[in-house]
Amino acid sequence: MTYTKRFDGRKFDETRPMIAKVGIIPRADGSAMFQAGDTIAYAAVYGPRDLHPKFMQNPSTGILRVHYNMMPFSGHGDRVRPGGGRRSKEICMVMQNALTPVLDLKDYPNAVVDVFIEFPQTDAGTRCAGLNAASMALADAGLTMKDLVCAIAAGRVEDKVVIDLNYLEDSHEDGCDIPMAILPSTGEVTLLQMDGEISAEMLSDALKLANNTAKQIYDVQKVALKEKFTQVKK
Amino acid sequence: MKEELKVNDKDIVVPGETIATGMSFLPGPGTYRYESNIVAQKLGMVSVDGKVIKLITLSGKYDPKVKDRVIGRVVDVLMTGWRFDINCPYSAVLNMKDAVSEFIPRGADLTQYFNISDYAIGMITNVTSQKLVDIATKGPGLRKLRGGRIISVSPKKVPRIIGKEGSMVTLIKEKTGCDIVVGQNGLVWISGEPHQEVVAVNTIKTIEQQAHLSGLTERVSEMLANGGSQ
Repeated sequence: MTYTKRFDGRKFDETRPMIAKVGIIPRADGSAMFQAGDTIAYAAVYGPRDLHPKFMQNPSTGILRVHYNMMPFSGHGDRVRPGGGRRSKEICMVMQNALTPVLDLKDYPNAVVDVFIEFPQTDAGTRCAGLNAASMALADAGLTMKDLVCAIAAGRVEDKVVIDLNYLEDSHEDGCDIPMAILPSTGEVTLLQMDGEISAEMLSDALKLANNTAKQIYDVQKVALKEKFTQVKK
Repeated sequence: MKEELKVNDKDIVVPGETIATGMSFLPGPGTYRYESNIVAQKLGMVSVDGKVIKLITLSGKYDPKVKDRVIGRVVDVLMTGWRFDINCPYSAVLNMKDAVSEFIPRGADLTQYFNISDYAIGMITNVTSQKLVDIATKGPGLRKLRGGRIISVSPKKVPRIIGKEGSMVTLIKEKTGCDIVVGQNGLVWISGEPHQEVVAVNTIKTIEQQAHLSGLTERVSEMLANGGSQ
């Protein structure tokens, strides 16, 4: 089988249209929105603030706590069960691990930075959209970070390497989905997961493609963060 | 490698953005050196000071420092003092001996000096590595606050609200006739004629919004001349 044209007509190395906005939740200490095609992520950052329960406190550094949630109406017509599940718990954990390496919370012993990520609409690639929104929201909150985090899924559909899979491609029977989080200035990888099978050559192509795309995402994030300050100008 | 600035002075940069290349520049607060580049570590405004590159942060929580004047709210009455919320991740403790100039006898009811939800101007006297903060409310300019209203602004914008040697806040005080105390922690106490208080609040909010722009003093005096509208 050959995959000659993508389901939504994109080129194989083309991402879905991306929209980013910063500072959309005024009450939060930092907030951002990231949209890739039909996947929309909202991230709100609160803190650093007092951490409870107390046994989680770390006297040598502040900690990061990530909450991931898909809204009940956000799927493909079937109601998503509200509340945490096995899937969202894992995603919270991997996102926390993807964001922690860029953050420096040494100045905030015993404190916590809470990140809440909500999805009003999803079409695959939620952990990547969520990470992109979260890293902008953390920067908006004025935290010390050595870099932003840019996340993107690469993968395979039948015989083609593709970038930024949508739900049709993600759930295709003969395919592979590889969500990645990359630090754009150094190329370090903080999240790498894989669902499906892929050959060694195609994997290396997919990783290269994701690395190049990360820089595009970084530019989108950069523009959104700066826009918050240029808009005030009159 | 060419030694050059990649951005202009006063530009906004985001974390991970290269500000300058070459070893002749030095990383100041908010930046770090990666290989031979100076890279931003925060979202902020670039400030080039000779060879030193600094970042002025535009958002974030208050970081308590000794000798800062802050406005706090009593959240708990302890055996020998009070616990204050000073609008930052850590609460501050006011000891009995630093509270008032008069003598507090043993077993006295501490709520007659400060009760829960009272506000006071305090001075930070000590901050430990574990961020245990001590404050004092005894001394020049330090007192319990009565009446007026409290508003909260971003602590990183406080220097702009105060202005050079207090020029900005003095301007607002003169034009509105209000008493104003700006805490370093981003809480501002305003007391005066009710409609003048509103003018002062609007002015301070405008300064907060436009803190990263230049020519602010002119715009603020214009705004005050128009009775608080732009």
